[in-house]
Amino acid sequence: MPKIKLATKSPHIDMTPMVDLFSVVLIFLMLTTTFRISEPAAVDTPYSVSEKNIADFNKMIIVISNEGDVFFNMDNGPDTLLKYRPKVLAEMGKRYGIEFTEAELRTFEKYPSSLGVPIENMSRFLSATEAAEKIAYQVGVPMDSLNNQLGMWILYARQVNPNIKAVIKSGTEVPYPRVKEVLDLLQDYKVNSFSLITALESAEAKLED
Amino acid sequence: MAEIIQQEKSEKGGKRRAKKHPPSIDMTPMVDLMCLLIVFFMLTTAFSKEKVMDITLPEELKDPNQEAPKISASRTVNIILGPENRVFYYPGGISDFTDLPPLYESDFSAEGIRNVLLERNRALFKKIEAFENDVLTGVVDIDQDSVQKSISQLKKDDDTGPIVLIKAYKESTYGNFVDILDEMNICGIARYTVMDIAWYEELMVETATGRTPTQTTVAN
Repeated sequence: MPKIKLATKSPHIDMTPMVDLFSVVLIFLMLTTTFRISEPAAVDTPYSVSEKNIADFNKMIIVISNEGDVFFNMDNGPDTLLKYRPKVLAEMGKRYGIEFTEAELRTFEKYPSSLGVPIENMSRFLSATEAAEKIAYQVGVPMDSLNNQLGMWILYARQVNPNIKAVIKSGTEVPYPRVKEVLDLLQDYKVNSFSLITALESAEAKLED
Repeated sequence: MAEIIQQEKSEKGGKRRAKKHPPSIDMTPMVDLMCLLIVFFMLTTAFSKEKVMDITLPEELKDPNQEAPKISASRTVNIILGPENRVFYYPGGISDFTDLPPLYESDFSAEGIRNVLLERNRALFKKIEAFENDVLTGVVDIDQDSVQKSISQLKKDDDTGPIVLIKAYKESTYGNFVDILDEMNICGIARYTVMDIAWYEELMVETATGRTPTQTTVAN
């Protein structure tokens, strides 16, 4: 008896449901998440019970890394036309006698993470193309009394955007005196109210009778 | 390489009819692409926004002759953040600097400084707790903003709870600072502020921890 030969066909799987599913997941991810901003240095934030979300706009973030270096970051404002970042950089340039080109201002506007570049290296930093080269310039914003660039950043950020709120992000193990320097500096520029970035944890408080 | 496509023989001269089966599109590259995008999004984005804790520091006195506001010593609790995650406290003020009172030691655990503060803040904490319970069970029906407003009103009206003065010794860390502010929120302390540590308080911490006193700040 001759064997029945099945037609050799490549098995065809219908991918359409898979595509549907992936589309749903993709759209969900795109809508619910925010881009993670990579910091130039490691920062382990402490925990607190605060459930308040960080504001989307009108904030300047002062990052104190685990090593105690200070970085500065601010946003462009709620409207893309406001372009607060290049305005602040231009003011800084005027203060320190540095002329920034249009391209440098544009790079600065789009730069996503915090900056710890002394202003005299800013041009070289902004025109650097290699990532390693960029990292080498991230040494922290000087903030001692002789060369108080952090103070100037705070001053001009507040001049350009009067609604700006200060946010501090600092590592848990940073010695308090280092944080105190930043707090004092903020108070020198009449910023008495600010937010501290913390990670969420739960805590229970019970009163015994 | 050149390929010679042979002309198919026309079948019996008639019109060729296209086979009628639904056009199938190969979805595999699309799936590949979507997989890539999903992985990309999962790696570069974060679900939750960062949380913040608001804090307001007292304005610095501009006029050196201007006096700091007076507070009652009986309600005052001084908390000093010490080295190695230790935390100290003493009640009231100090009038005699030659005879410094001992510091009580506590810690940041749930039974530590939290109990000390809750015990002193009993009346207000009960009020806030009862109010939050009313909101949860639906006795009071108001929106979230009004809840926060009502709680801050409760805090404002309170006149028995402690006035906490937070001072940080130079070897404390930022984590301690956030922890103690967090305790203020957990315990519902109405009045607290962050102050610079005084020289005698540094001395008290150094005595309590067995450090050799640093003479730099003693001259006052």
